[in-house]
Amino acid sequence: MHALLASDVPYWAQSLLRVLGGLVAVLLPAGTVVYLFLFKMMSFMQSRLGPMEAGPYGSLQLFAEVGKWLQKEDIHPARADKFLFKIAPLVVLASTFLLVVVVPFGPDAWFTNFEAGIFYALAVSSVSVLGILIAGWASANKYSLLGGLRAAGQLVAYELPMVLAVIGVVIQAGTMNLQEIVVAQNAGSMFGWDGLGNPYLLTQFVGFAVFMIAVQAELTQTPFDMPIAESELVSGYMTEYSGFRFLIFFIAEFATAGVFSMIAAVLFLGGWGVPFSWFGWTSLGDIDNWMNIVGPLILFTKMIVLTFLIMWVRFSYPRFREDQLQGFAWKVLIPVSLVNIMVTAILKVAF
Amino acid sequence: MAKPKVPGLLKGLGVTFGTLMRTVTEGAATVQYPHEKETPPIRARGVIALHEGNCTSCMLCVRSCPDWCIYIEGHKELAPPRRAGGAPRKVNKLDRFDIDYALCMYCGICVEVCPFDALFWSPEYEYSEPRISDLLHDKSKLGEWMETVPEAPELEAGAEKKGKK
Repeated sequence: MHALLASDVPYWAQSLLRVLGGLVAVLLPAGTVVYLFLFKMMSFMQSRLGPMEAGPYGSLQLFAEVGKWLQKEDIHPARADKFLFKIAPLVVLASTFLLVVVVPFGPDAWFTNFEAGIFYALAVSSVSVLGILIAGWASANKYSLLGGLRAAGQLVAYELPMVLAVIGVVIQAGTMNLQEIVVAQNAGSMFGWDGLGNPYLLTQFVGFAVFMIAVQAELTQTPFDMPIAESELVSGYMTEYSGFRFLIFFIAEFATAGVFSMIAAVLFLGGWGVPFSWFGWTSLGDIDNWMNIVGPLILFTKMIVLTFLIMWVRFSYPRFREDQLQGFAWKVLIPVSLVNIMVTAILKVAF
Repeated sequence: MAKPKVPGLLKGLGVTFGTLMRTVTEGAATVQYPHEKETPPIRARGVIALHEGNCTSCMLCVRSCPDWCIYIEGHKELAPPRRAGGAPRKVNKLDRFDIDYALCMYCGICVEVCPFDALFWSPEYEYSEPRISDLLHDKSKLGEWMETVPEAPELEAGAEKKGKK
């Protein structure tokens, strides 16, 4: 992407390419996650086959669903705040698009290369909280309001362990730039052996566990789905939404799952890279151009593995009670990640 | 020696993953309905069939039906006497026997209550209609269902055989 954009392309074409790339980077993971996990894996875990009629093995079911949602009338409750009601899903989806901007897909395949990339990612991921709060408030519905408040409380609570878990990685890599974090992992070595690079999953496994749990909560997936608890709140902040506005919420939920998994893959599993010693590379400049094609595929594979973990947990566990959920964040995850930061810092100074 | 205790959280993940693998290797517990069909058990309550010759339009089924979905109309006719020189017999002739399956709740009381073995359960279940009024099955349609009524299973040894036959 970057190499392409650096060449002589007019500005409008560059913008178009970026928009297309962003759409692919958001919609492709969302579609894959929904079909592979929500439709098929969940069905298999319940000993049924899931959608089988639309396309071979139900593979076109997603298009059928999207078509159905797009046909529906765009309605809003009579007493709703119309403007806020209508922009709320867009705010949530905007957070996903802002998030994908910093993910590096290859040595030159990135949208932007922020120095403070992970800082930016964690900051824009909380924009979705605003959208959810807006949705809950503007719906003029008690279930929506309760759901929105629960979501806000939960997302704020789990933002902290997530940030703190990332700090361990940042300390170890010595940079907040996601591209450099990838390079640091793949160019690194473990006790002089560089056959696997140095994926931070091994040194930062506590941080990884905390990060994945926090991601699960940020996505309001099942053990942490108090905000949309269907048995008590109908569907929480999404209760009043239908048609394409619901579709946008739906895409945002699963696209964010994909993008968060990509970020987790970048932080802990070495991102798009293969260990550099395999091909005799030492720095970003040496990397062959074909990595711009293979890199996104590698990142995508790692994303699939991590979303599998998220969805597996989602389909297996019942949901937390509200106080257990808050207690788990404040009493367990935050202290654990603080200890993790301390140990990482001490070891970093010691070695 | 007791087996080491597996934490419930891991056990739960194991259950779902085990089911996933079992579905992949052995197939699902469900059936892809329009393409393959399960045969219902022989005594399944699918649809009620009418053996018209046995019906005397006694109205017992109509009166016992909890949601009033059976409609019977009939009239009396004179039939030739049994013995020469006797008086002509009066018989009930069935004009209309309708069951509205939009109302029927498949309780089977009509089948139980029929004293002349005119109503039977059939396990056939595929008779949905685009229009709700078409769910009213008339005498001839109820008679056609008789072909799908399975043979009654053999009585157990020593069971008392009811009715005359």
